[in-house]
Amino acid sequence: MIDFQDVSVSYAGQSRPALSGATVHIDEGELVLVVGPTGSGKSTLLRCINGLVPHFTGGLLQGRVLVGGRDTRTHRPRDLADLVGFVVQDPMSGFVTDTVEDEIAYGMEALGVDPLAMRRRVEDALDVLALAQVRDRPLRSLSGGQQQRVAIAAVLAAGPRILVLDEPTSALDPVAAEDVLAALHRLVHDLGMTVVMAEHRLERVVHHADRILLVEAGHASPLLDPAEAMVTSPIHPPVVSLGRRLHWRPLPLSVREARRRASDIRERLATLPPPGRANQGARTGRSADHVGALGAAGAVTNVVAAAIGLTVRRGQVTALSGVDLAFTAGEITAVMGRNGAGKSTLLAALVGELPRHHGRVSVMGSDPARLTPAARCAAVGLVPQDPDLLLYADSVGAECRSADADFGCPPGTTAALLARIAGPVPGDRHPRDLSEGQRLALALAIVLAGGASVLLLDEPTRGLDYQAKARLVEVLRHLADEGHAVVLATHDVELVAEVAHRVVVLADGEVVTDGPARQVIAGSPAFAPQVAKIMHPIPCLTVEDVCHALDPVS
Amino acid sequence: MIHPVAWWAWGVGLATAAAHTTNPVLLVLVVVVAGWAVLERREVGAIEAFRPFLLIGLVAVLLRVVMAVVLGNGVGGSLVIVDLPRLALPSWLAGLRVGGPVTLESVLAAAVDGMRLAATLACIGAANALASPKRLLRYAPATLYDIGTAIVVALTFAPQLVDLASRVRVARRLRGHAGRGPRELARLVVPVLAGTLERSLELAASMESRGYGRLPVRTGRARWLGSILALLGTAGTCAGLYGLLSPSVGGWLGLPTLVVGVALAAASLVLGARREVRTAYRRDPWRAPEWALTLAGAVAAGVFVVADGTGAAGMALHSAPLAWPEVPLLATLALALCLSTVALTPVPPRLAAARIRSAAAA
Repeated sequence: MIDFQDVSVSYAGQSRPALSGATVHIDEGELVLVVGPTGSGKSTLLRCINGLVPHFTGGLLQGRVLVGGRDTRTHRPRDLADLVGFVVQDPMSGFVTDTVEDEIAYGMEALGVDPLAMRRRVEDALDVLALAQVRDRPLRSLSGGQQQRVAIAAVLAAGPRILVLDEPTSALDPVAAEDVLAALHRLVHDLGMTVVMAEHRLERVVHHADRILLVEAGHASPLLDPAEAMVTSPIHPPVVSLGRRLHWRPLPLSVREARRRASDIRERLATLPPPGRANQGARTGRSADHVGALGAAGAVTNVVAAAIGLTVRRGQVTALSGVDLAFTAGEITAVMGRNGAGKSTLLAALVGELPRHHGRVSVMGSDPARLTPAARCAAVGLVPQDPDLLLYADSVGAECRSADADFGCPPGTTAALLARIAGPVPGDRHPRDLSEGQRLALALAIVLAGGASVLLLDEPTRGLDYQAKARLVEVLRHLADEGHAVVLATHDVELVAEVAHRVVVLADGEVVTDGPARQVIAGSPAFAPQVAKIMHPIPCLTVEDVCHALDPVS
Repeated sequence: MIHPVAWWAWGVGLATAAAHTTNPVLLVLVVVVAGWAVLERREVGAIEAFRPFLLIGLVAVLLRVVMAVVLGNGVGGSLVIVDLPRLALPSWLAGLRVGGPVTLESVLAAAVDGMRLAATLACIGAANALASPKRLLRYAPATLYDIGTAIVVALTFAPQLVDLASRVRVARRLRGHAGRGPRELARLVVPVLAGTLERSLELAASMESRGYGRLPVRTGRARWLGSILALLGTAGTCAGLYGLLSPSVGGWLGLPTLVVGVALAAASLVLGARREVRTAYRRDPWRAPEWALTLAGAVAAGVFVVADGTGAAGMALHSAPLAWPEVPLLATLALALCLSTVALTPVPPRLAAARIRSAAAA
């Protein structure tokens, strides 16, 4: 169905080719997962399939890509539109029309599908992706998961045989991501479509994949069997990492398989005393009485940020209503909840960026909305969802120097922070050419240079591969140990399991749960990390937890 | 839903009218008509384009006035407001004047000139808000593929620019800057433009990969003919519109060029339509309200263009001697017609539902 014959792609001004000598043959009806670190050439490979590379992006393509017998050298993306559906990473940026139905019909209109057939296929697409409820809504009013499903429905309706998706679940909460993946699974199994998908969150997708394609530094592996690929892949989900540590063969890829394999371990652990996590045992249980203590103004000295009765409206919608939360120094709090539950609003309100309708916000004893921007940076810092927004200069070095000047720190402060967080980063590199992880580190270094003692991060692992994530976990732990209060708004349950001391769950702008991470996420079907699901009811959240419980001495 | 072409015909007609008068009363009336239509007929969730366009217009007014005060604008007058110290310039800049007496007449003339631009922009903003340009493009003929992509991308550029600019400003504040002042603005330009450009490219890529502008295989000669006709037609239409909208050019560049341009464009469209492959999903019907809107726009444009061309009383602000302009009856009636046709159109469904809900809540 898709045939790469010794394909190399190079862009002008880049030292090494983005893709070199890729020879891949993908059969019809397969779900192929493309796995690799950021900047490895995954996106280039995906964009070759529908001819966006090189027709749209420029660059030099050598070799041949045949898709359903058509050569992408002579067929432009629009000539392949009836065969290949391409879903971009951020669905909103790819929407051409304004409402759900129009968007689904758009591709068919361009292809000239008969109006009667079009009516029927729009209905079919609405049903397959469970969008009938929202058919006449404006696209901007939908949640992230709905938007992603509309994007899939829109390319699906045009009747392609191949779907190509670039990180379809990276912006979604766990339940919405599961919806999208279930829909894709159905397309492959019921309709025999070919799906090629890149995704960083392997824990969500690896068990759906038929074949895995590893891409590293522009080199593509042959198609591998998922279980075999995961034995050696440097990038792997927690379930695989548990399986490797316990020497399970064949390697289980799904929670279900792993749970069956783990029955004896659960029995063994049930007889042992409940495990405590070395790095957080002392902190669990402390957070429950924060809010109560807050009433006796100042009785708790280590509360550094608090929201009291906070209500924020955005237009007609109440984004936060009556939220009481307190954050203490040295604690990492994860704020979780569906897309649109009010996580980002809470962070924006904590830095004083949003008008409040009721309630107070206090950070280090003062209201951030009333501080001058410079004074506010010394109290609280926010790394936005898109760290690029914080970066303006044309090189890393210039960015660091301008941050030093912005905050009046001695020269070299930001660069030193960056080196500590990310290791060596070439100072003459343009920020746009850094990997996602390095860009996040740069933004974090800039915010830290301001001297903030309360650190807010909005969806920090979006687009990060596992190595970058592991590094982030270390950095966050270190910052908390230094006495920063860290608040993460995130969908990434694995990150929460690794790093958070406390979890706050928001729903429709209200605090639903607020408690120690272990208790909150271990019991939740939506927010439990893979290891917790495998080990339930033993309260282990991470692979380290399991190993530690099995062998407390080491 | 009202057909988007009808709203755009109405908005462009009103904009043409605004471009042909310097009577401040008429200009304010035009903005009121456009603003009222947006207030009453903008669908819930549609882009809020009217306000940014109005803001850009106000900036234009301010800029004109400041330029007139500092550099003068060639309008004489006797009512001196303030006599600024005149800057001595070297002899080779003899044509330029910086400072000197500022007259009320020149300031007013500059303000009204700016207002004309502001009112024209407001009408285009209203059309944007009432019928999204994306919806409009569904009706663009396939022959105009490249132009169509450019238009969609250009039209989504402005709202995205506004959106991104506000996010970048917030981010600037996160870095300890106030986010105000000219130096700050200069620093915003690059990230905002780069970010918006990136998103526009993404949209264009998405349109391309979904088959926009797909045509069946055709012979080289037909393609050449179609392209040349389309190019000449578009150029002619643009030049003609420019001549018509800007009274200072006038003459042969106005109506005649427009007619020839439109004819050529139509020929290319007919040629293109013969191999049109696109089909329509639930197209908006064209009924009485659409006719009414289009007619009202055409009438307003016609009345203003003719009145301006024949030098009818009250179309221009007389700066010497300065006098409160009279309000021409015919032009006011044309604007009233535009206003009343808006009342004829149905309220968009979600807006109607929202109104029922808020009425029930009250």
